[in-house]
Parts: sequence; structure tokens; C-alpha cells
Amino acid sequence: MQNKKSKIKMKVKLFYFAKVREAIGIDREELDLESDIKTVSDLIELLKGRGSHWQDMFSMSTTFRMAVNQEMVEATHKISANDEVAFFPPITGG
Amino acid sequence: MPVHVQEEAFDLQSITQTLKKLHNSGASVTFEGYVRDFDLQNESLDALELEHYPGMTEKALLEIETLAIKRWHLDDVYIVHRYGKLKVGEPIVGIVVFAKHRKEAFEACHFIIDFLKTDAPFWKKEITSQKSYWVDAKTMDDNEKKKWN
Repeated sequence: MQNKKSKIKMKVKLFYFAKVREAIGIDREELDLESDIKTVSDLIELLKGRGSHWQDMFSMSTTFRMAVNQEMVEATHKISANDEVAFFPPITGG
Repeated sequence: MPVHVQEEAFDLQSITQTLKKLHNSGASVTFEGYVRDFDLQNESLDALELEHYPGMTEKALLEIETLAIKRWHLDDVYIVHRYGKLKVGEPIVGIVVFAKHRKEAFEACHFIIDFLKTDAPFWKKEITSQKSYWVDAKTMDDNEKKKWN
């Protein structure tokens, strides 16, 4: 019997800005997430597995902030299909 | 009312004069922020590079504007913020608030710049003749915002 659940994937768009963008070397990407990725925190764990640049950037909670669909959120925020998830440093405008 | 996120320079005086004609306000308060000629280590600065998150920036500024209008019953608010490469002395951000009385106008303008500092997704990179680096956020900015709770 096939395990249907493991086949369901969720498309999300990721954006990276400023210091985060420079540290990891890309500004955007699209990902098909497995169903075990439920929150931003799960997504961060996945990204940390990509190598030392990612690991370094996402290991200290003081160095980055996150937004889902252009609203600032905490890492416990749930991710849904077609969400726009962004990672960036604390804001320094004005 | 709509917010303005742009690369071009702006003239806050003429914006204020134009908006003044549309309202029967008793007071206006304006805030204008410029690129300083020194950085946090007191090194001489050549320019500033401002990055932002298109879409979220406009959304965040509009939310701040709406909060201020509701809280102080303002006649009008104008917010403009630039991005891209800015030279020393150039304006970065401009805010104009129109209200019935001075108290509302002063408070709302102060509120808007405090919220903008922590909620609008802009990032500054300082460029000196030797190097360039991203500016770190100040915890002071978070504290300034909390005053308004």
C-alpha cells in the first residue's frame, strides 16, 4: 500500500534580504516542502542542513527575523501552501 | 494618504504646501531624516545603500499610517522613504502629519518614525572609502517603540 501522505508536497516561495542574502548567496527560491515541514521553525531546521553558511546564519536567533506573506512572525508560525516566507536581519531603516 | 517608497529625492516643503491646500488643519509637523557623514565607529562615510522588501515595505508603512490616523484622528499623513544608494546629506525619510491641533500632530509624527524604525523592512549598508558593512539594529529602537503601548 502506498503512503499517500508522504507524497503531498507544499510549494512555498522564499526570499532573503540584506546580510542574510549575502551570507547564503541567493535572494530567492521556490521549494516543494514535505508534509513534515509544518512551521517556520521546521523550515529553518531544513535550511540549516544545507551547509555551514546556512547553519551559521540560522543558528543565532538574534541575527535574523522572519515574515510570512509579508507579516512579521515568530518561528512557531504555521506554513501553508503558496506562502511567501522571508528571512532578513533586524530592521535598520529610517 | 498612500505611502511612497522610491529611489528619487523628494521635496518635503513643497509636499507640505500642496497637502496644506487640501485640508483645513490647525497644525502640521514634519520629520525629515538625512544620511549622516559619520558612521557608528566615527569613520567618515561616503554613502549609504538602502535595501528593502518590495511589497512588505508598502504594507508595513500603510499599517503604521492607519494606526496613527485612528489614534490621533489626523487629517492626513504623508510618508516617503527612499532606497538605493544615497550620498551624505541626502534625505532618506520624510513624514508630514496634518491635525487639528499641535499636540496630536507632534505625537503622531513621533509615533510614526518610532514604528517605522522597527516595522518597515529597510536595511542600511554604510559605505566608507575603505569598506562597506551592514548596520546593526539598535535595541534602543525597540524600546522607543514600546513607549507607545
